[in-house]
Amino acid sequence: MKKTLTMTPVKRRSLLKAGGALIINFNFQTTTFGQEQRPLAGPPDPEQIDSWIAIHQDNTATVFIGFAELGQGCSTALLQVAAEELDLSMAQIGTIGLDTHITPNQGGTYSSSAMRVGGPQIQRAAAEARQVLLQMATEQLKVDFDSLQVENGIIYSNETKTRNTSYGELIGDRQFNLAFSGNAPLKNPADYKLVATPFPRKDFPLKAKGTYRYIQHLRLPNMLHGRIVRPRGQGAYKNGVQVVDINEASIASIPGARVIRRSNFVGVVAEKEWDAVKAAQQLEIIWDQPDSLPGNENLFTQMEKGLTNERVAVEQGDVSAFNEAFVKSEFKAYGPYQAHVPFAPNCALADVKQNSALVMCSSQDIYNTRTSIANLLGMETEKVRVQFHDGAGTFGHSCWDDVAQAAALMSSMVGQPVRVQYMRWDEHGWDTYGPAHIGKTRISADRNGKLVSYEYEGWQHHWSLIETSEQTAKGTPAAEWPPFPAQQINPRTLGGMYDIPNRYLLNHHVPGLDYLKGAWLRSPVDLSFSFVSEQAIDDLAFQLGIDPWQFRQQNISEFHWLGVLNAAAKAANWQPRPAAENVSNAAIVRGRGIGVGTHLASYGGAVAEIEVNKRTGDVRILHLCGAIDAGLVVNTSNVENQIVGQLVQTASRMLLEEVTFNKTNVTSLDWASYPILRFEQCPEITPVIVQRLNEAPSGAGEEVMAAAAAAIANAFFDATGKRMTMYPFTPERVLQTLAV
Amino acid sequence: MTSLTINGVSIDVEADSDTPLLYVLTDELLLQGPRFGCGLAQCGSCSVLVDGIETRACVTPIATLKDKSITTLEGITAYYAAKSGLASIPQSTPVQDALVAEQALQCGYCYNGMIIKATELLLNNPDPSDAEIRSAMNGHLCRCGTYPKIISAIKKASLMIRVAQQGEDDTITEGLA
Ligand code: FES
Ligand code: FES
Repeated sequence: MKKTLTMTPVKRRSLLKAGGALIINFNFQTTTFGQEQRPLAGPPDPEQIDSWIAIHQDNTATVFIGFAELGQGCSTALLQVAAEELDLSMAQIGTIGLDTHITPNQGGTYSSSAMRVGGPQIQRAAAEARQVLLQMATEQLKVDFDSLQVENGIIYSNETKTRNTSYGELIGDRQFNLAFSGNAPLKNPADYKLVATPFPRKDFPLKAKGTYRYIQHLRLPNMLHGRIVRPRGQGAYKNGVQVVDINEASIASIPGARVIRRSNFVGVVAEKEWDAVKAAQQLEIIWDQPDSLPGNENLFTQMEKGLTNERVAVEQGDVSAFNEAFVKSEFKAYGPYQAHVPFAPNCALADVKQNSALVMCSSQDIYNTRTSIANLLGMETEKVRVQFHDGAGTFGHSCWDDVAQAAALMSSMVGQPVRVQYMRWDEHGWDTYGPAHIGKTRISADRNGKLVSYEYEGWQHHWSLIETSEQTAKGTPAAEWPPFPAQQINPRTLGGMYDIPNRYLLNHHVPGLDYLKGAWLRSPVDLSFSFVSEQAIDDLAFQLGIDPWQFRQQNISEFHWLGVLNAAAKAANWQPRPAAENVSNAAIVRGRGIGVGTHLASYGGAVAEIEVNKRTGDVRILHLCGAIDAGLVVNTSNVENQIVGQLVQTASRMLLEEVTFNKTNVTSLDWASYPILRFEQCPEITPVIVQRLNEAPSGAGEEVMAAAAAAIANAFFDATGKRMTMYPFTPERVLQTLAV
Repeated sequence: MTSLTINGVSIDVEADSDTPLLYVLTDELLLQGPRFGCGLAQCGSCSVLVDGIETRACVTPIATLKDKSITTLEGITAYYAAKSGLASIPQSTPVQDALVAEQALQCGYCYNGMIIKATELLLNNPDPSDAEIRSAMNGHLCRCGTYPKIISAIKKASLMIRVAQQGEDDTITEGLA
C-alpha cells in the first residue's frame, strides 16, 4: 500500500543522528487512506456487497464499517459479526478508518447505534458475500451447494474431501459487482463461535505500547499549528463571540506567529506548536461580553418562567385518579448542565486547496460533517473529503465538529495544512453541554401497592445546531435542532417500565438561544429524568412501608425490565426491608438504593451503596452494581467494560460534575473547576450482563446510567431519610438538605 | 540550544529554554507516548519519568532538565529492564501486559500517564495495597472510567513482578491462575 501521508520533513536531524533508542515512527498507518480503492466521493451504494466487504488474495477480508470507534470497542465487535458470518478467523479480518471516500454511510455513531444498527447491516452484508462465494465454489469444485463447508475462508465439500478452494482464490482483490439478493441465510445463533465471546480488542496492545495513532498524533506535510482564540468560557449561545479590538502587535515577539481572522472567528497559527499556544494566550483582544446569561443562581427560575413550547409526549387513561389514590408522591428536582470534556481536547487537521479539501477529525458522523464543512467553505460536497480518526472518549457531541470547522477555516485562509487542537479551557468552556433539566412529577399508588397514576413535566432546551466556528466566521445565527424525541423527555425512562393505567408526560421545550450551547451527552438528560422519577417511585414504596425492590417488582410485568431489576438486586445481595429503616443520629451513615432506567432502547437496573458524612457533607459511593439487557451481546468483555465505564461516570456526574457560569460566561474551565471522579473516590463496581442470544443487539453504551443515578439518590434517602433535589451531591448541597 | 537526555540518548534541542518539555517531545521529537491533556498539571496525560520520578511534562520547562534523565513511554521497557536487573529488554513491561490482559482500557488515551505512574509505583513498592495504589494513582484522571480495571491490572502486574523475582514460589503463583 502506498504512503499517502508523510511527515513534515524532520528538522531535528541531530536527534536522528543521536541513535536508535528513541522510537519515532513516521510510518503512518497508511491502510487507513486506501483511496486507490474507491477514488470517488461517497457514500457507496449500501445495497452492493463491494460497499461493505473486500476479499483479498491472501484469503483475508476488509470490512468497511461506517461507525466510529469511540473507545467502546465497536470496531472489534463488528468484525466479530462479519468474521462469524463469513467463517473467517479474527486474524483474517480487518477494517479501515471512516472516510467519506470509502466507507458506507451508516448514519452517525449515536445512541449506542454501532451494534444496534451496524451489527445487523454488517451481518447481512457478510452473509450475502458468503453465499456468493459458495455459489462460485460449487461451480469451480463441481459439487453440490449443500455439501459445502467453510473454515477460515477455506471451502471444502463433504462429497470430495480432497478438493477445496478458498475465498481468496475465488475472488481475491476483485469486485463482487453484485447487489444484495435479500435471501442469504443468517447463521443460527446456536452455531456462533465468535459472537457472544469476550474477544480481546484489537487496538489494546498498540494502545498499551503507545504506538496507536490518535488524531492528536497525525501530522500533514508542511503544516502549521493553529489555536482558536475566544473568550475564556462561552456566554449565551445567541451572542456567539463579539470582537471589539485586536492588538496584533501583542504577539510580535513570537517568531512566525500570525493572527487569522474572519469576522469574529479568531485564531493564531505558527510553525511550532508551543508558539501557537503562547500566541493564543498572549494575543490581546477586547471582547464584548454581554451579561445576558441567568447564571447558576437564576437558571431554573428563568427556565420555568419563560415561554416554552409544549408537547404532550404520552397521554393515557386519566391521571386525575391521583386525587383519590391511597398514597401520593409529588416531587420536583433539578439536573445541572454537564460537560463532555474528553480526556484529550478535540483536534482536527485540514488541507484546504482551491478545489478540494481534506479534513481529518473525530466526527461521529463524517457525512454530516462533510456537508457542514462544504457549506462553510462554499465548496461542493463531493470535493470535501472527511476522515474519522479517533481521539479520547467523547461520550456524545463534544467540540469535534467545531474544531474540524476551525481547522478548515484556518487552512483555507493560510493556504497550508493546519492542525488545530483545543486547549483545555476551549474544550471545557466551549462545549455543547448536556442541557440542564427541571422535572416535576406526581405519582400515586393504591393500598395494595399498585401504581395508579404517573405525571411528569420536564423543562430543557434542545441541542445547538450551529457550531461556534461557523457562527463566528460566517455570522450564521445560532439555532437549535428541530424538535425530535431524543432531546426531549424520555417515555421509556419516565415510568415506561411500570404497569401504570394512567399516564401523562408533558415536554416543555425551553427556547435555548439565551442559554449555554447544548448537545447529547451520554444518556442524554436520562440521569435527570430518573433522578426525579425514580425518587418519587421510591417515596411511594416508603410511604407504603414496602421494600423498594419488591415495590418495583410488583409494578413491572415486562420481563426484560424485571430481568435487569432482579439481576442488579441479586448481584448486590439485596435483603428486603423498607427504606430509611436504619436512619440514625450517627455522624457517618450508610444507605442502599435501587433504580431502573435506560436511554431509548435496552434496559438498565442498578443498586448503589453509599456513605454520607453528616458533619462534612461528603458522600462516598461504596459500591455500584449495574445490569444491562441489550439483547444479543456480541463481545461480552466490551460490554462489561462499557458498564464499568457508565457506572464510574454516573458516580462522577452524581457527586461532582456541574458546569458553572455567571451572567457573562462559563467559569468551569479545567479539571480543578470541573472536577471528575478520581481513583480514591472510585466505588467498587459490579457489572452484570443479561445475555439474550436470540434477540437483536440493542445498544449497551449508555443504558445503565439512568438506573445508577436513581440508585444513588435513593441510597441517600435510605441513609439519611432526606431527599436530594439537585445533583451533583456537593457537600454544601448535602448539608443544606440535611438541615431542612 | 538545550541538551536533554531522553530514553538514554543525549539530544540537543533548538527550542527556547522556557518551552515545556511536552512540546519538545511531541512537536520536535514526534514521540507518541506523552500527550497533551490539559497543559495545567491536572490530568497526567503528559507524564514522563525524570530521574525516576513521575513528572508533568506540560509544565516543566526544558531549562530545568539539564543533567536529568528523562524516560518516556517509548523508553519504559528499557528503563524497567535496567531498574529490575533484567538481562535483556522485554517487548513490554508487566504493567503493559497486565493492562491488556485485564482488557482495562476504553479509549486508552490516559494510558501513557497510567503506565508511567504505575511503573514508578511498582518499582518503589512491588506489593502495594489497594489504598496505596489508589493514592499513588490519584493524580491521574480517566474520563472513560476505567479506574477499577486499572487497579486490578496494577495488582496483576505486581504479582507478575514478584513471581518473576522470586522464581517458583508457590504461594504467589497460585494467585496468578
Ligand atoms: S497535560 Fe500535563 S498534566 Fe495534563
Ligand atoms: S481510557 Fe479513555 S481516558 Fe482513560
